[in-house]
Amino acid sequence: MSLTIEDVAKVAILARLRVSPDELQMFTGQLNSIMDYVNQLQELETEGVEPLAHGVEVRNVFRDDVRGEALPREAALSNAPKRNQDSFLVPAVLE
Amino acid sequence: MNSPTATSLLTSMKKGETTSEEVVKGLLDRAERLKRLNVFVHLDPDRVLSAARDADARRKAGEPLGPLAGVPVAIKDVLCVQGEPTTCGSRMLRNFRPPYDATVIARLRDAGAILFGKTNMDEFAMGSSTENSAYGPTLNPWDESRIPGGSSGGSAAAVAADLAPLSLGSDTGGSIRQPAAVCGIVGLKPTYGRVSRYGLIAFASSLDQIGPFAHDLADTALLMNVLSGRDPKDSTSVDSPVPDYAATLDTPPESLRIGIAREFFGEGLDPEVEASVREAIRVYERAGATIKDVSLPTSKVGVAAYYIVAPAECSSNLARYDGTIYGHRAEDFSPKYPGEEDIAPLVRMMMVSRAEGFGPEVKRRIMLGTFALSAGYADQFYNKALKVRRLIRNDFDAAFKDVDVILGPTSPTPAFRLGERTDDPLAMYLSDIYTITANLAGIPGLSVPCGLTKSGLPIGLQLLAPAFAEEKLLRTARVFERATDWHLRRPGIGS
Repeated sequence: MSLTIEDVAKVAILARLRVSPDELQMFTGQLNSIMDYVNQLQELETEGVEPLAHGVEVRNVFRDDVRGEALPREAALSNAPKRNQDSFLVPAVLE
Repeated sequence: MNSPTATSLLTSMKKGETTSEEVVKGLLDRAERLKRLNVFVHLDPDRVLSAARDADARRKAGEPLGPLAGVPVAIKDVLCVQGEPTTCGSRMLRNFRPPYDATVIARLRDAGAILFGKTNMDEFAMGSSTENSAYGPTLNPWDESRIPGGSSGGSAAAVAADLAPLSLGSDTGGSIRQPAAVCGIVGLKPTYGRVSRYGLIAFASSLDQIGPFAHDLADTALLMNVLSGRDPKDSTSVDSPVPDYAATLDTPPESLRIGIAREFFGEGLDPEVEASVREAIRVYERAGATIKDVSLPTSKVGVAAYYIVAPAECSSNLARYDGTIYGHRAEDFSPKYPGEEDIAPLVRMMMVSRAEGFGPEVKRRIMLGTFALSAGYADQFYNKALKVRRLIRNDFDAAFKDVDVILGPTSPTPAFRLGERTDDPLAMYLSDIYTITANLAGIPGLSVPCGLTKSGLPIGLQLLAPAFAEEKLLRTARVFERATDWHLRRPGIGS
């Protein structure tokens, strides 16, 4: 398969990345080169093979349902790029 | 001054021959003189000197001391240290100061270690050369025109250049073992789940693992004792007994059956690297080991599987950096390119913040992962890669029925020149061809120095073991270390 510039532009929007026209050209070439390499996976027969998401078997881990310590509000807000009193300040969602 | 090992430092401090303050002063002075290596991205002399004086005061007062009391440990900038800059080598986090400590940092503090600066790294741990850092590349102490490996190149160079006796790195596809190999030191990637990842800035959560760098195995074991064990804050950390790695290190393993995977000696392997690794096999033979050929047939597509699984997880993990609650936020996110006027300002702010904050390699992997997980392609690529991952794990399970450890080269080549592979991402990805499968399978891997090229570049020997067999891995590697002196070699770096 081959990725077109339009495909990569769509992926960039899905990935929430602004990409300039020049970068779009560059990434399209690079991603196609990587995908060509990755396509060798398709040659392997994997019918009936159970996917492995973790090298070590993981299972749901539940802690006791008791309230623990949480970050104090000031600490949670301490790295905010912009804040308004006790809230994170972001551009309007609705205009 | 040139720093000795952590073990010998502890002995000297116990005997009163030196103090932590003297050691730290010497290292700070050396760090200043070797600034050109670009090892540290943050180093606060006042804070580390104060911590060293505290350690000395506790020792003098006869207070109970931790196993690393007064020993400096350099920290890869991927680990959260409360209140200290933690940037992951990225412009995205240039102002980030975590409100909490990573668990490994808390354990180092409990052990009495001195947190000696944050080390340079490939941005968000993505890379094999430490050239993808917002701070510029780190230089290899053995040859300053060459890379120190990546992504933990700063931490590896810190130990190799005697800027700290110990350091921490993280390994997602070889990022501890590969820099250890090209910097001529020891690096251990523990079993997935052996060391808590809480407070490690995530790249690919099912692959990332924190581990130690050191000059030798005694120091590696010492640091592993401190780092290992279950952490309630990391639900993927495993609750299994932690052996005393340092205490058992010098006991030769009960069985020394060593597997040689033929797939690790194929095309692309540098002849000098191969010769050194073959000589290492002979060292083991002389030590009485049984050498067996084994096969890991699926390993030849390990890099391909990795470059689906890791970017998929990276695209998900790095979605959190959108300029809203922490990290870089763009000042100007007004429409610039066609179609952007139709995008809501909040989303545009996120897109521009991410474009400004991330470097090209991170963007490339985010897009690769987003594509691999997108509707219509997830089954073809992501699920396929997970099935291949199962086959890779099955290969190791089968091989470890016949052998205790698998031996091979850590990196296919010695350190390459800065800039040599920056325009060819695929060539860069293949630097980790021998290390990647251990991450996919979750097993531990260790790199120890095993030679030097004719031009004086270090060569690393990789040993792989079954999950949670770090103790066996260390003891097996120790057999080699005792028979050779490669771990005693230092770069002839001037100041």
